[in-house]
Amino acid sequence: MAGAHRQSGSVAGGTAPPAHRLAAPMQNWLMLLPALLFLVVFTIAPTIVTIIDSFWFTPHGAKAATFAGMAQYEALLADPIFWQALRNNLLYAAVTVPVSIILALAMALWTNGRIKGRAFMRLAFFLPTMLPMIGAANIWIYFYTADYGLIDQIGHLFGAGSHNWLGNPHTALGALMVVAIWKEAGFFMVFYLAALQQIPPSLIEAAQLEGANAWQTFWRVTLPLLMPTTLFVGVNALINSFRVVDQVISMTGGGPDNATSLLIFYVYQTAFSFWDTYYGATISTVLLLGLGLLSFLQFALFGRRVHYR
Amino acid sequence: MLKQLLRTATIGASFLAMQSCWAATDITFYYPIAVGGPITKILDGYVAEFEKANPDIVVKPVYTGSYQDTTAKALTAAKAGTPPTIAVLLSTDMFTMIDNDLVVPFDDLAKTAEQKALLQAFYPAFMANSMTGGKTWGIPFQRSTVVQYWNKDAFKAAGLDPDKAPASWDELVSMGQKLTLKDASGKVTQWGVQIPSSGFPYWLFQSLATEAGATLASPDGKKTFFDDPKVVEAAQFFRDLSVKDKVMPEGITQWGTTPEDFFQKKIAMMWTTTGNLTNVKAHAGFNFGVAPLPAKMRGGSPTGGGNLYIFKKATPEQQEAAFKFVQFLTTPERAADWGIATGYVATRPDAWETPKMKAYVASFPAAAVARDQLKDSVAELSTHDNERVTQGLNDALQAVLTGAKPADVALKQAQANAVRLLKSYQ
Repeated sequence: MAGAHRQSGSVAGGTAPPAHRLAAPMQNWLMLLPALLFLVVFTIAPTIVTIIDSFWFTPHGAKAATFAGMAQYEALLADPIFWQALRNNLLYAAVTVPVSIILALAMALWTNGRIKGRAFMRLAFFLPTMLPMIGAANIWIYFYTADYGLIDQIGHLFGAGSHNWLGNPHTALGALMVVAIWKEAGFFMVFYLAALQQIPPSLIEAAQLEGANAWQTFWRVTLPLLMPTTLFVGVNALINSFRVVDQVISMTGGGPDNATSLLIFYVYQTAFSFWDTYYGATISTVLLLGLGLLSFLQFALFGRRVHYR
Repeated sequence: MLKQLLRTATIGASFLAMQSCWAATDITFYYPIAVGGPITKILDGYVAEFEKANPDIVVKPVYTGSYQDTTAKALTAAKAGTPPTIAVLLSTDMFTMIDNDLVVPFDDLAKTAEQKALLQAFYPAFMANSMTGGKTWGIPFQRSTVVQYWNKDAFKAAGLDPDKAPASWDELVSMGQKLTLKDASGKVTQWGVQIPSSGFPYWLFQSLATEAGATLASPDGKKTFFDDPKVVEAAQFFRDLSVKDKVMPEGITQWGTTPEDFFQKKIAMMWTTTGNLTNVKAHAGFNFGVAPLPAKMRGGSPTGGGNLYIFKKATPEQQEAAFKFVQFLTTPERAADWGIATGYVATRPDAWETPKMKAYVASFPAAAVARDQLKDSVAELSTHDNERVTQGLNDALQAVLTGAKPADVALKQAQANAVRLLKSYQ
């Protein structure tokens, strides 16, 4: 990084005439422009419109939109399905994020070592990530089918009874979480693999010279050096867990009785199946604020334990 | 190079302008696909045939995904100012379309005697979801209803008459108990019946409610009767099938895997749409039968499926062309052809008198069961703010079926929810 800075410094400064020095910020902005334009059109502008819409009631046909003030937010606070979706989503995140990170790390450590069939193992772990969610979800629906589904067939071998995994409000959300972890862990493994290969062997050797055992080496050397990756993966996993919609649509439709309704799914349902788009905007705004706050906290708190080189 | 390009473009543009002077009324046609089979190919064939007969009309068929996707696309396109001219949408979307001021009633467009006659040509059961306030807003196109399928081999093995499906709720329970088999350890290996309850349980439940003698909503879509004692009775029966009578798997059973459960002989009877007929015919490895649903106070089932709607924002020429296309799609011959190809119920009585349909029914009598049930069929639940009102009922039903709430409490809540949502339409 430092080297890169020095290099760009020498291009901008040095022999270049003063006029170019002034033009440099302009040039930077021009370079940014295409990306910025897309960001404004597809992210920033819709966000602003969404926030504005959240203070209005949805127009219907000839009936124009009327100003709602905070009424939509009050309705949200009194909406039991919103609270249930929020609870479901928090639970979903609290389980899928740590479990998929730990699994990803374990798989990465394992396939980073010199084992037979390493490439095959890596591919096998990564495979679920490559499947489209809709396809994967449909396969899993059959896995979860009572009696002749894969899960129940394995259970039968051990004398377990028949389970209607997706049809029982106590197991449906858990069943979704398993699919999410299965799909995400392989993806995060790739990041950990890349990070593991960045760790200089000299550090590991130094630790071993000092007499550290395998666990100490991992705990004191490898894991701290993986912290930037863990932060990155953690933020992504957390945001992903609040962005799930395809999985819910294709596996349960939010049922039974909203037991698997997650926030974005509820936004989708409100906006594109109930056509109460402005109330959908209200939920989106709350979600946006929540996620913004969460990422901020994550960077602020975790950031201290993360050492970028 | 640039000059040449410009010239080509100019010629192209003026050619296009010329063409639009003499030609063609363009109409856009949105359609969903909700059943198996080569739907796109069949519809493209119809369009080609129609354009050949009407050289001054160009139909642009657009496949728009599921029913819900199609409604979403039509509504979004309308908001952007470019709605389709004509679309196949759920018949229950009628109030949503009217409330959003998107469609025109066919009565206002019908000019010729033939067009006026078309409005009277369909089974009244299908028109129930197509008319409100004395106007016809949709023309039945791909319509279905609920029937029961039964495994004749399983009936024989259980000592039942393989040619007789349950005709009443009592028979459903008593036959179901004979059909529910357990292994030595007491584990059920075959259930009597399955009425799937995932996604949109209200539809199959409406069959039970109708049979119990209840009506779920008023025809004007402004009132619901979810807490009627007869509706509660139907919901209780639905739950009892699994917990009291023990003839049906407990919890929420999947709509999508129910036919597979049937093929795998995990269930001896299933309730599902007539639209699955072609699928069952192709995949059941045993003798099966199709029958109208069993009765309590009465027989009956809701209808389902899609209607043709014409959009308001189109020009009068486009609307006239669209009406011609509707007439073309719903002639008796084409209704018969469409029904045979897809498994939908041919929508008008005279379609069943065509030679082609007669021959089909003779070779496959199960195809006529849905038609014969139409005399007992009722309008599918449809209200203003339809999706949301219905979702409240879905939630209540799933709460009842999973034992989370007693039937009367859950349905009272669904009713209160519906009253609140419908307040602004009174």
